Amino acid sequence: MSDATAGNLSQAAAEARRDDAAQTGPMLAADGRPLKQSLNRALRAQKLRALALIAPLLIFLLVTFVAPILDMLFRSVENQIVSETLPRTVIALEDWDAEDLPSEDIYAALAYDLHAAVERRIHTRLGSRLNYEETGLSSIFRRSGRGIDDVGEGYADQFIDLDPAWEEPATWIGLMADPDWIAEQAAWAATETEAREPVFQLAPGIADLLPETADAYRSFALALQAEARNPDSPTTEEPWNTVFLALYRDLSAGAEVGAVEGPEFARAEVVRLQEAAAAVASFTPVDLRATFADIDEGWAEMPIWTTIQTFSDPYTAGYFLAAVDLQLTPSGIEVVEENQRIYMLLFQRTMVLSLTIMGLCVILGYPIAYLLSNLPLRTSNMLLILVLLPFWTSLLVRTSAWKVLLQQEGVINDLLVWIGLVADDARLAMINNQVGTVVAMTHILLPFMILPLYSVMKTIPPSYMRAAKSLGATNWTAFRRVYFPQSVPGIGAGCILVFILSIGYYITPEIVGGRTGIFISNRIAFHISDSLNWGLAAALGSILLALVLVLYWLYDRIVGIDNVKLG
Amino acid sequence: MQDAFVSFDRVQKSYDGETLVVKDLNLAIGKGEFLTMLGPSGSGKTTCLMMLAGFETATHGEITLGGNPINNIPPHKRGIGMVFQNYALFPHMTVAENLAFPLEVRKIGKSDREAKVMRALDMVQMGDFGGRRPAQLSGGQQQRIALARALVFEPELVLMDEPLGALDKQLRETMQFEITNLAHRLGITVVYVTHDQTEALTMSDRVAVFDDGRIQQLDAPDVLYEQPQNSFVAQFIGENNTLEGTVAEMHEDMCVVRLDDGELIDALPVNVSEVGQRTKVSIRPERVEMNKDRLAPDAHTLKAEVVEFIYMGDIYRTRLRVAGHEDFVVKTRNAPDQRRLKPGERIEIGWLPQDCRALDA
Ligand SMILES: Nc1ncnc2c1ncn2[C@@H]1O[C@H](COP(=O)(O)OP(=O)(O)OP(=O)(O)O)[C@@H](O)[C@H]1O
Ligand SMILES: [Mg+2]
Repeated sequence: MSDATAGNLSQAAAEARRDDAAQTGPMLAADGRPLKQSLNRALRAQKLRALALIAPLLIFLLVTFVAPILDMLFRSVENQIVSETLPRTVIALEDWDAEDLPSEDIYAALAYDLHAAVERRIHTRLGSRLNYEETGLSSIFRRSGRGIDDVGEGYADQFIDLDPAWEEPATWIGLMADPDWIAEQAAWAATETEAREPVFQLAPGIADLLPETADAYRSFALALQAEARNPDSPTTEEPWNTVFLALYRDLSAGAEVGAVEGPEFARAEVVRLQEAAAAVASFTPVDLRATFADIDEGWAEMPIWTTIQTFSDPYTAGYFLAAVDLQLTPSGIEVVEENQRIYMLLFQRTMVLSLTIMGLCVILGYPIAYLLSNLPLRTSNMLLILVLLPFWTSLLVRTSAWKVLLQQEGVINDLLVWIGLVADDARLAMINNQVGTVVAMTHILLPFMILPLYSVMKTIPPSYMRAAKSLGATNWTAFRRVYFPQSVPGIGAGCILVFILSIGYYITPEIVGGRTGIFISNRIAFHISDSLNWGLAAALGSILLALVLVLYWLYDRIVGIDNVKLG
Repeated sequence: MQDAFVSFDRVQKSYDGETLVVKDLNLAIGKGEFLTMLGPSGSGKTTCLMMLAGFETATHGEITLGGNPINNIPPHKRGIGMVFQNYALFPHMTVAENLAFPLEVRKIGKSDREAKVMRALDMVQMGDFGGRRPAQLSGGQQQRIALARALVFEPELVLMDEPLGALDKQLRETMQFEITNLAHRLGITVVYVTHDQTEALTMSDRVAVFDDGRIQQLDAPDVLYEQPQNSFVAQFIGENNTLEGTVAEMHEDMCVVRLDDGELIDALPVNVSEVGQRTKVSIRPERVEMNKDRLAPDAHTLKAEVVEFIYMGDIYRTRLRVAGHEDFVVKTRNAPDQRRLKPGERIEIGWLPQDCRALDA
């Protein structure tokens, strides 16, 4: 059927439809399309336009707000550092029963992992990470960084004694490297180029023949090449001692080097390998556990191993547990020791103080907002500027001013002493404690209560109070029964604002809170910028976020979120 | 009035201490009377109401209620029902709770309260609406609830401040009827504020016309309309033709006025007493006579030219050029013998002397 006939047919069909739609069927628009379809089309254009209008803000929010929050949520459970830094150890520990110290195999895995990590200088990072879970681990890792070269040294010496050729990088290249790579590398070396050396490739089959050696050598070669500043080449460097350790372990495990034939391996290398295989039986074995114990006693004790095993998963609940004063131990979840429990206390204190501050703001702000809303506009505008005045001064200055006022030798204490209300030797402690935090925060957050209250009260016409009085209510009854209920939305809005601002507040408690007046956010800030335990900071932040959402939900259930007005 | 229920005695009010908003108000309202305060915007009507209700204090003078001075009684003890211009129904309470409010604060028992609320709702035919919020009611319904709330605690005096201002014409007329009906049936005294003169004329026993902080005239509606005491009242109430001139002759119960263009007309002296005084004469459009036969043989007539003729169904409205003014209006009944005039036609008009009032200049 040609297009033309199809067009004609559908046109005819449309006309027929239009005819009988006059009696029944879907409503048609003027052009004969179903009305619904036309409407949808019209609406779609509108929706697209609306989307285009909000797109910049949407993108901005996604990038600056949603993404960081998601990142924070992710960080609070993310724990890939252990399995990334010690991949072999983590796998080897999977079947470890955690009753006795690990086997030599596990120590060997640790040796390979640790050496690679030390060369990439990431072992200290893992040390700090594990130190959050078990104090003291950080120094073990730091010390291991310096001692890792001792591991396998005994075997290296014995191999070299056997045949000095083992000392030559070329020996290893001939044994381990892919012939193609060797050719590429030679070509690269011949040209004076800025480009990096081609990435090292293992010879085919070597990983089956000498699994541990191939693995250890590969991480050695890649670590050399990956040096950021002045990369080295495996063609010019003697392998690490741990590579000799691997070779010893492979050979003594009975690698079938006798059967090696074929063009992949140069003749000399194979012979040298076969000689070594024959000799390893007479090598003096080196006790790996003892070697590690020499580097740091910690390696010959249980805690470091149980900790690595417990936190080997790429995701962990550990940060969240820590955030509520629990900890993950090999035997399950436990409460941390009494003298280390601080987070629940801090959460609790943050809640209680925030509620206190909120309550004080209502008590202090309500009468002011009431007064403002009942004054003539000119006066109330001027007074409103006074309310907003604090916003024009830096938060830091305001808070520091409180320090001056409240300290023991401060203005208020001086005044009280001068009046005689307090004795000179019994000056009140009003700063660096909860009193300081509450006073300063109430002052700072008060405008956030007054403004919504004022704007709601402004919309309550005075005729309601008059009506109530004309109906026989006393001033107090009229206020309680008629005015107050109508100002509740303003109280709600103010309370939500003040409470949410206050439970996340940080600067003021930091300055005037001392030790007993700090909030959970101060701890979060500490973990972000001092202890660098971002995972815990993220978990604390996530809990705070969840708390706010729960409270918000509760508020909605009890008061109703429609009952919030900002004006 | 000796037995006045409410009285204002030389009351003055100033908000700013510079201008008097109410100047020397004297007013006595009898029990059961329906009195309307009528006047242009800003003439002090609401202020008077507020002083009576106790939300403003008089700067000078005394207000009494039932013979007792109330200047120092707080509003909630005055027992005055009030209907506000915007109704002021409490938005967070249901209709029934709104009505129960004045009873609750008077500590009336629950069962008694419910019965009274029901009765009040029935009275305004809103019995089924007790559970609704004010926002769910139409303007007219809210108005009726406001009325019911002002009446439910059985006050003897009810004040209403432009309660019908926001309603459409039809609803307003129905409500006017309902309010007067209720007021008379319950025998309550009503002080009603409006600036709609038709409302004032149809509802009230007496109307107080306010202007410039003073009562210009206080009379029954018919008296007010037919015998305005000064030119402000004449202008303000109903439609009115005004001509300016000087008194030329003074007789016992009539005078002759020489208009500014020299023509002479007959008038009833109201605010004039001697020859030579300036005056504004006022004639209602429906009292102008175009048929010379109906006038006295020696009556003065004026020449007029038809400017515009408007057919309005029940009446004809003809605009004339008289004595140099083009805004002289004549209304005639649409009757078989009444001729339809054409613009440009020249006719002669006159009136009975008692229909033409010579007022202050
Ligand atoms: N609270 C006040 N403060 C100062 N001046 C006021 C106040 N209330 C009213 N006025 C002034 O007093 C005068 C009389 O006001 P009022 O409200 O009594 O007028 P009204 O007759 O009720 O007018 P309307 O018909 O427009 O309601 C006006 O000039 C007004 O500007
Ligand atoms: Mg008014």
